[in-house]
Amino acid sequence: MFSNEIISMLVEGTWVTLYMTLTSTFFAYILGLPLGITLVLTRKDGLRPNQFIYKIIDVVVNIVRSVPFLILLILIIPFTRALVGKSYGPTATIVPLTIAAAPFIARLVESSLLEVDQGVIEAAQSMGASTWHIVWKVLLAEARTSLIINATIALATILGYSAMSGTVGGGGLGDIAIRYGYYRYETDIMFATVILLILLVQIMQYIGTKVAKKIDKRYR
Amino acid sequence: MAIQEIMIKVEDISKSFESKDATVNALNHVNLEIHKGEIYGVIGMSGAGKSTLVRCLNLLEKPTSGNVYIEGKNLMQLSEKELREVRTHIAMIFQHFNLLMQRTVLDNICFPLEIVGMKKKEAREKAKELLKIVDLEEKAKAYPAQLSGGQKQRVAIARALAMDPKILLCDEATSALDPTTTKSILALLKKINREFGITIVIITHEMTVVQEICSHVAIIDHGDLAETGTVEDVFSHPKTKAAKKLVFQGEDKEYSELSSKRCVRIVFKENPSAEPVIGNMILECKAPVNILQADTKDIGGIAHGQMILQLPDDEIIANRMIAYLQERKLEVEVLEDYVQ
Repeated sequence: MFSNEIISMLVEGTWVTLYMTLTSTFFAYILGLPLGITLVLTRKDGLRPNQFIYKIIDVVVNIVRSVPFLILLILIIPFTRALVGKSYGPTATIVPLTIAAAPFIARLVESSLLEVDQGVIEAAQSMGASTWHIVWKVLLAEARTSLIINATIALATILGYSAMSGTVGGGGLGDIAIRYGYYRYETDIMFATVILLILLVQIMQYIGTKVAKKIDKRYR
Repeated sequence: MAIQEIMIKVEDISKSFESKDATVNALNHVNLEIHKGEIYGVIGMSGAGKSTLVRCLNLLEKPTSGNVYIEGKNLMQLSEKELREVRTHIAMIFQHFNLLMQRTVLDNICFPLEIVGMKKKEAREKAKELLKIVDLEEKAKAYPAQLSGGQKQRVAIARALAMDPKILLCDEATSALDPTTTKSILALLKKINREFGITIVIITHEMTVVQEICSHVAIIDHGDLAETGTVEDVFSHPKTKAAKKLVFQGEDKEYSELSSKRCVRIVFKENPSAEPVIGNMILECKAPVNILQADTKDIGGIAHGQMILQLPDDEIIANRMIAYLQERKLEVEVLEDYVQ
């Protein structure tokens, strides 16, 4: 159906998409995880209530999340260029992807951690546990199933964003779909990229659910 | 016995919660002294402030005013770090057990030991010892979700004992359990108190729990400390309205349609349980009585507890009955307005 050339392009595109998605998810967690934890700790009934810090993070997270990804991508081009030296290509795209995903991940982490039973936190406090111990050994450990499930959601969302970045030369499967499918009317190639994207999401979802289930000991 | 050491001293504590349009006073100027080695019950209706009180003992709730002393040390003056250190000596168990659901039973017990930095191997050895004490050795590798309520509370108790606490606070620890399991958990608490000399504070709304294991009791009513004393004193001679309400739990509704107003409360203290006192009284006086409430039990062949009897309308017979009971060394108290 496809020439070898096209097939190798699709394979490469898949790898590039995976590279962008996984790398930006990783960096987005480096930013988003502490932000999410801070939101939980500083909220009014948290372990370290601090209205000031909570409000700042809350507002910043909301602002970044309100900007549509494509706009954000263009908006921060100067920043991206300053950071990686150019504004297009997979590595450059990781910058806006990370910035767009971090606040989203902060919210996901926040909601996962809020699921942890208040009574268990109280029990840990009664044993003399420090805030650090509670975050590490109670909040993150007890919420691990929810955290993994949400990480899967984050991956799929970031995968979608990465495809969108194809419109401005981001690289990967989205880029191929735009160039061949949209500009050159080669619909079959566009379909192929869509199927590959669907497969990627399916695989991620499958692995995520599997892992989450495996480490969940809350039920018999 | 010599005067016992004071373990917990609560000095004039008040706690109020601010909500949008009102201030709720959960505790009003409460004073309390709990001695070393006691099993101290705090009882009250739900919403009376007893859970707030117990949380003030380890400062999970900070009182709005007043002081809390543990072995003479004023917790209100401690830094956060010092407070955490003190808390390692005050263990607590809860109504809903509050175990870490993602950890095995053994790792749950290791948790407080990890916090103080004990080596993993050492902690596990200790945890295994504790599982023996609570009789759950075979469940070491199970997860809390695989255990029954009673077993979960046993794990929570083992976890509480891990730090060799001086005090064990029990917040409605048996309220989610069935009567049989409650009994076995109370027996375990008793054993812990006896063998390790741990002072135990029990918060409950169940009279039977206090009767079963406590030596002293405090009655809390709408944030006020209504009455304190030995369980025997408070139960046989409740002075305040709140105490009476608890001791005669659930009275007004059920018996209000009865006609006779002559009710007496009798307290069993020294009668051999083999003697059918009430039965003999009925045979002797040849008139029936109505048992409105009875809560007696056999402790070492002696009847303990109380009963509320509705006597016949005939005054002569009723007086004879009272005389008969008094002759049998029972305490008899005429309840004026027990039945409305």
